[in-house]
Amino acid sequence: MAPVRFYQVGSFAVGNRLVDRSERTVQSDAGRSNSLTSGHRACQGCGEALGARYALDAAMRATGGRLVAVNATGCLEVFSTPYPETSWQIAWLHSLFANAPAVATGVAAALRVKGRSDIRVVSQAGDGGAVDIGFGCLSGMFERNDDVLFICYDNEAYMNTGVQRSGATPPAARTATTEAVGPHPGNVFGQGKNLPEIAMAHRIPYVATATVADLHDLEDKVSRAMAVHGSRYLHILVPCPLGWGSASSDTVRVARLATQTGLFPVFEAERGRVVRVTPIRRLAPVEDYLRIQGRFRHLFDPEGAVAQPGVVAALQSMADATIARYGLLAGAEAEPRQGTGTGTEAAS
Amino acid sequence: MKELPFAITLEVGSSLANRTGSWRVERPVYVDRLPPCNDACPAGENIQQWLYLAEDGSYEAAWRRIMAENPLPAVMGRACFHPCETACNRAQVDEAVGINELERFLGDRALAEGWAVAAPEPASGSRVLVVGSGPGGLSAAYHLRLLGHDVVVAESSPEPGGMMRYGIPTYRLPRHIVHGEIRRIQALGVTIECGRRVDDLDAAMEDGHFDAAFLAIGAQRSKHIDIPAGDSARMVSALDLLHRAQEPDRPSIGRRVVVYGGGDTAMDAARTARRLGAADAVVVYRRTRDRMPAHEEELRDAVEEGVRLKWLSTIVGDEDGSLTIERMALDDHGFPQPTGEFETLEADALVLAVGQAADLTLVRSLPEIAVHGEVIEVGPDMMTARPGVFAGGDVVAGARTLTDAVGHGKKAARAIDAWLRGEAPASGARHALAGFDRLNTWYYADAPQAQRPRLDAARRASTFDEVVAGLDESTALFEARRCLSCGNCFQCDNCFGVCPDNAVLKVEEGHGYSFDYDFCKGCGLCVQECPCGAIEMVPEEI
Ligand SMILES: Cc1ncc(C[n+]2csc(CCOP(=O)(O)OP(=O)(O)O)c2C)c(N)n1
Ligand code: SF4
Ligand SMILES: [Mg+2]
Repeated sequence: MAPVRFYQVGSFAVGNRLVDRSERTVQSDAGRSNSLTSGHRACQGCGEALGARYALDAAMRATGGRLVAVNATGCLEVFSTPYPETSWQIAWLHSLFANAPAVATGVAAALRVKGRSDIRVVSQAGDGGAVDIGFGCLSGMFERNDDVLFICYDNEAYMNTGVQRSGATPPAARTATTEAVGPHPGNVFGQGKNLPEIAMAHRIPYVATATVADLHDLEDKVSRAMAVHGSRYLHILVPCPLGWGSASSDTVRVARLATQTGLFPVFEAERGRVVRVTPIRRLAPVEDYLRIQGRFRHLFDPEGAVAQPGVVAALQSMADATIARYGLLAGAEAEPRQGTGTGTEAAS
Repeated sequence: MKELPFAITLEVGSSLANRTGSWRVERPVYVDRLPPCNDACPAGENIQQWLYLAEDGSYEAAWRRIMAENPLPAVMGRACFHPCETACNRAQVDEAVGINELERFLGDRALAEGWAVAAPEPASGSRVLVVGSGPGGLSAAYHLRLLGHDVVVAESSPEPGGMMRYGIPTYRLPRHIVHGEIRRIQALGVTIECGRRVDDLDAAMEDGHFDAAFLAIGAQRSKHIDIPAGDSARMVSALDLLHRAQEPDRPSIGRRVVVYGGGDTAMDAARTARRLGAADAVVVYRRTRDRMPAHEEELRDAVEEGVRLKWLSTIVGDEDGSLTIERMALDDHGFPQPTGEFETLEADALVLAVGQAADLTLVRSLPEIAVHGEVIEVGPDMMTARPGVFAGGDVVAGARTLTDAVGHGKKAARAIDAWLRGEAPASGARHALAGFDRLNTWYYADAPQAQRPRLDAARRASTFDEVVAGLDESTALFEARRCLSCGNCFQCDNCFGVCPDNAVLKVEEGHGYSFDYDFCKGCGLCVQECPCGAIEMVPEEI
């Protein structure tokens, strides 16, 4: 009998009793490292706590536990380490808001000097820490091609200090500093930075994006990143129920809609070239994504009708442009991923 | 106290000291919901559970799970009209799970491997008489025997099986399948006495020292209608035709055959007529196609085999092989009304398939048993007004299908067992339904149904060979794995993975999960991302 490669939940759920343990996700393993353990003070349904555990547990598996994480200031650091408690079950270091890439470079250099290049270094920050304030240090780290995996947990604003706009905040979103008032409520169009593309412009060995909505994809990317030496960049979209005004139970759903609308492209690039994209499986209009978030509520009237059709249309054309740019619909009709294999190979 | 490093005043502590469970206003709990397939199964099979077992190739365990409710899987996998598939939630994703073909796969495998049924309970000392060896009677006999009772089945025909043996054509249900599954019931110690007609129940029960009886005498009598000047020599009832087609020397029926009626029996009769050599088989029915009681598949198969259909038509006269047909029109209430337009239809034979009734001679001698219209009245426990006498199958009110009869048999067997012990029959509470809206279908890969190979239509009209073939093992496995497990945990680890607070624990690998309410903040992510809707948020009592 030919082996049947279809398993009820395909490759989309966390675990699968029908596939070999080695093919299941790290998260499905009862013995996973739980790098970030319980008792942390993240809000209910925090996407950043989830994304950090996903990524670091995968890195721990990839390195056999020989891992050091350097953390910038931000929610992830604050909610995990109120003195003297810590939620980290890995070697973990915090210095300042802006300097996490530089500190990581130093840790990697020190390990090299001590002859312990088997121990790998991860540096992590929020979008504010990566896109804005830590950007200089990060760009330098890329430029020197230091052996560090830098992970940006993108929740699209400075959440820890009360939801201020960052360079990663999307247009039209309400934040504490881009209020939903005046003729153009919310964040402005046409500004902001696309850090994955900026990282690609440094021609580092590996750049990838991921979300908390596709665990298999996220873990694959962490493992691939850990198999490479030099500077690597992983950008993970992590919805924030508090800052986005979404239900705490909707964290994964919102992230999934970000990908299925085309607003957030999921891809991998090597040395500045996109080599793989995760195609959209169930294309959705941006409205579906906007409606379930309080930060976009001003685009709809209290009855739920679109109050700002021009803005919604502009966001839709942003999504359409991203879909076209990355070819996110090519192969969308193709077979779902089988087992726990990899994403669809891009045509390029 | 331990020496602390310079400028450090407190020892490193773990956040596990911080019990975030106190933030919670709602708590997640695991629930079991009733899957729509199970809900729809007239035989009360736990379909979802046997699919789960079949998914990893545990075919024998899956078959045993079916056998706990239904002793005829190979028959059901062919002759059941599978309301389970009609109800299946997967139909709203792509196509329903092929439950019926899997049941057949398991049933056939059991026959091929000779799997035996578990031994009956120790002898109870009670004796039960079952009248009729159709699906209802056999189902009751099987369950009663498993419960430890002595069972004798009285069958008036020369062979057991009722409609399975005499009513359903062999191209849908080969006889060796029927025999195989009946033999397995007999091997349990059930005695089937063929050629024994029971007309006096009291006498039969007294003679055989029976403590209870189950009447499953079916509806074997074809109804008749009067057609003016009809030539009775050319008229035959559908049941007669189907019965005679089973005999070694099959009857010839003529070139042009008209079948009157619109149910499954009419389709079977027309398809049988084609196989007996009719060049033209026409079904005449009073109403329109969508009002036809015949099942869609039966109709499709008949059309494929060249059977013609005449809707909105009644037969009003029969003159020397020429039938007079009156066109009908549906009124506002959907009833057919005559239009006064006539046409003629040549016919060498007219087959009447206008319904069946029970032969109720047996109960005439029991005046307290109420007969309502043409059916015996029973309570919810299938007991008639005469204590200890139960009835089920086509002889009581309800849908007249094989599978309903099997369900009646099981229900009656359990009620008889309770009655013999002087207990009330157990009534299991039903779980809330696992509706489609509770599923998170993102997690299910798209996969349309595996199709069973079918015999070429051209070959079918000349042979009584089985039309639909079974699945091979890899398609069966694929098909089983298409089940969504609506409403019941299937160990996908999603809750275990998506909790940002690591508050879902594995009880024991492969045996479900539990919540760590010390840390669960009540965000509801696990509920939202559970593919099958097996978790629910309930308010915390504060
Ligand atoms: C140099 C400096 N400026 C400002 C702050 C205050 N501060 C702490 S966390 C934070 C926001 C962090 O935002 P982001 O990096 O996006 O991470 P998030 O909290 O959103 O995860 C700010 C502004 C600081 N700690 N250090
Ligand atoms: S995901 Fe975790 S925290 Fe949220 S409700 Fe479920 S168990 Fe509780
Ligand atoms: Mg942020």
